[in-house]
This record gives sequence, structure tokens and C-alpha cells, in this order.
Amino acid sequence: MGDPGKTDVVAEDGLADLPLQQLPLDGWHRARGARMVGFAGYEMPIQYEGIMAEHLWTRAHAGLFDVSHMGQLSFTGEGVDAALEAMIPAAIATLEAGRQRYSLLLDEQGGILDDLMVARRPDDIYMVVNGATKYDDIAWMLDQLPDEVTINLMDEQALLALQGPEAEGALARIVPGVERLFFMQAAAFAWNGHALWISRTGYTGEDGFEISLPAQAAAAFADALCAMDEVKPIGLGARDSLRLEAGLPLYGHDLTPETGVVGAGLAFAIPKSRREQGGYVGHDRVARELAEGAPLRRVGLAIEGRLPAREGAPVFAGAEQVGTVTSGGFAPSLNAPIAMGWIDAAHAAIGTPLEIEVRGKRIAAHVAPMPFVPHRYHRQKN
Amino acid sequence: MSRYFTQEHEWIDVDGEIATVGITDFAQGQLGDIVFVELPEKGRKVAKGDDVAVVESVKAASDVYAPVSGEVVEANGALEGDPALVNGDAEGEGWFFRLRLADAAELEGLMDRAAYDAFVAGL
Repeated sequence: MGDPGKTDVVAEDGLADLPLQQLPLDGWHRARGARMVGFAGYEMPIQYEGIMAEHLWTRAHAGLFDVSHMGQLSFTGEGVDAALEAMIPAAIATLEAGRQRYSLLLDEQGGILDDLMVARRPDDIYMVVNGATKYDDIAWMLDQLPDEVTINLMDEQALLALQGPEAEGALARIVPGVERLFFMQAAAFAWNGHALWISRTGYTGEDGFEISLPAQAAAAFADALCAMDEVKPIGLGARDSLRLEAGLPLYGHDLTPETGVVGAGLAFAIPKSRREQGGYVGHDRVARELAEGAPLRRVGLAIEGRLPAREGAPVFAGAEQVGTVTSGGFAPSLNAPIAMGWIDAAHAAIGTPLEIEVRGKRIAAHVAPMPFVPHRYHRQKN
Repeated sequence: MSRYFTQEHEWIDVDGEIATVGITDFAQGQLGDIVFVELPEKGRKVAKGDDVAVVESVKAASDVYAPVSGEVVEANGALEGDPALVNGDAEGEGWFFRLRLADAAELEGLMDRAAYDAFVAGL
């Protein structure tokens, strides 16, 4: 067989020529037996004990993820709200302190340059963008924003995620008060004298938290969490299978500059006022596709049998190719293969039977609702 | 019965003219959780180096090459229902297929256990 250690389905384009950087927790991961792979320009842990076990652990208990490769950005300066609103389709002016929103960075043609989280903190606007795109994002945003607005890449900060039904109990044991956050809320906390910024968000479909903290405090903080029976470190492999089951797109795979917000099923991220009034980069395509529908749709694909369909597999309706798989793999919680893909709108309705070609064979699939595994976010009741 | 190994992390047990082929314990550990194994059909004639099987782990698909030439006489049907057998017993119950050897001389360049262990240690 080919080199089994080099199979790396999570490699990112465009970064291959740069030397890999090390995460603040690099030594911590290795000491815990992680297998490290290149991802988004960093050496990152793909797994510790195994993707399947780590995935199921996160759904049942609490998993600790190191996502320090992601870009943590701080925006300050006069007029920052209006300047950000001129750039991205989020409502920033009405974003209250301690609230977070999902948004997108679009180009002039309405293509997706990145997806992101944005929150208001007492003294700045905090944004988390993807690791593989962070330098391109910053360069692009510097062009978009007026001189009065400053972008600070907080590369002295680590970012950890604690996800799963037992995440709240575990984190509250060392950071009391986090239990009062609801989904998409965030606040400042402290641990052993270190400032923490914690949001109740994640990328697994489970309840959980993302914790921004000084890099030099990250190993001790991770140790404190992993000393608890319900917490284990979880690698990138399970992060990918968890987010796929949760129906969450992965930038660079399910979202690209060719794809638009409406077809991606992400129009929920654009509030009504902004859809109607525009005034952000890429609005023309958003408005047109909201009115007319998008020609291609991001959909879930349930696959019959056991054979996974991977990224790049063509999708057929009879003889006609009607789409392509953009993420695919085996879903440990469902014990079945699942996929996400972009399909012609005429074939994108839930239940539509399709076929996916894998190594010259057609396997039966149908368009399935997402998430594949229900989200269990801790939402505030209205 | 002699057991041979390849640099592509296959093992081959030879009993007369029949060779049983699987992937090594090292290979299954590198691949992680195996969720599907695609095996060759009985009667297929394969040449050394041909793609002959595919192992799907949670994260990726990996080709398995024929370590020697021959005709497939049996595939391990147990892997269809329980592909994780490869993780649990890669060098035993998790075998992939059996070949009728076309050219026993092809075995000559392969490694024995000690040579394979040294090869893996050097990776």
C-alpha cells in the first residue's frame, strides 16, 4: 500500500511551500501521544488514541481541541462598527457587548473568502477566522478598511475548544460563571491570574466553549482540564468528522471563492436589514440569489452501504453529472458514510435520489437534511 | 510456512502455491479506524504492483498493491461485515485475499520479519 502515515486528507492548498509552524501546545500534544500532521501551515495533532474513539468521546463527554492555528483578530479605532459593516454582511452596530455572530468575508463578486465569528468585547471587536486563510484575510481587510481602523493579529493568544455534553461541568469547575453563558454569548473570565475570553460556541454541533488565552498559559490550562475524568484531548480528525455530522461547512472545501452565501445555505448569517439595504462587499450576488435562488446548493448526502465518498467524487442523476462531493467520510455517531456536496438546484431537494461515483462504481445516495446529528447547543429560551 | 513483508506494508504468508496477503499491524495503526475494505474478485489476475484493494479509514482511502503476481482465489468475506478486524488482528484474522502465485521468484526480493521491523524503525 501507499505510505499509510502520509495520507493527509486535511492538507490545505497554498501553504505547502512554507515551513510548518508550531502551535504553543506542540510539546503538550506530542507528550500525549498525538500523531502530528501539517494543516493550515502548522504541525497539528490529527489524533491521539484514534478518530473514532475521540469522536464518540466528544459526543458523550467533553473533548479538548487545540485550534490555536485559527486567526484571532482585534479591531479597534474610530468608526470601527461602520467600517466592518461596509465590509461584511453582519450587523455590527447592533451587536451588544458579549454577543457573538457568525458571518462571512465576501469578495466583490459575492464569492466566499472565509467564514468567521465576530463578537463585541468591552474594548474591541474580536474576530476568529480560519487558520489557512488568516494572512490572506488580513491583507484583504487592510485594503478594505479605513486607516482609522487597526487590525491586530493576536498571535500571542492560544485558542482552545472544549466541546461535548460534559463541557459545561468541566469548565465551570475551574472557571466558575461560564455556566451562565448561552450559545453565541461570550465574556471575560480569569484563571490563575490569566485573562480568558470565553464564548459558548464550537464546531462540533455539541454544547461547548471556545477559550482564548495567553499562549504561555495554554499548557497548564489544558492540563487542568485533562486532569478531569470527563475530558480528553481530541485531534483534527475527529474535529472534521464531528463538524461533518453537524452539517457545518469547512472553508477551502465546502466554501470557496466560487461559492455564494445563498447556495451555501448560510443566508441566516445575514440579518434582514442588511439583506434589504446592502452596503457590504458582495451584496449584489446575495440579493440576486435571495430573489432568484442560487443555481447550486450545498446539501447533505446520505450514502447507502459502507463505502465512504470523499471530496471530489462526482455526483450523478442518471447519466448527468449534477454536482460534486466537497466533504465526505465515515460518520462514527451514525456508523455510516455521509457527505456534503454542491448540487444543481433542480436535484437538491431533500430526498432526491442520486448516485456518487467512487473508483468507477456508482453508489446510491440521497439528499439528506443537515445536520446529520442534531445540534445540542445551549440556547437561551425566548 | 514463510511470512514475507513489503516496503508497502503488506505481509504475505506462502503455503505451497497459495499466498495469503494482508496489511501489517504498523500499517493499520497508521491508518487508524478502518471502516471499509474493498477486496478483489475471485478469479482476477493481478500483476505485482497493481492496485488490488482499497482500505478506507475514517480519514482517508489508501490503495493496497499486489505484492506478487497471481490469480485471486479467495477474498476475506469477514471484512465486509467487520472491517475493524483489520485494526484488531491485521496480521491474522484481518487478512485481505489469497493468490495463486504466478512466479514464486517474486518472493525473493521481499523482507522477513526482522528486516521489516528494521525498515519500520527507520521510518
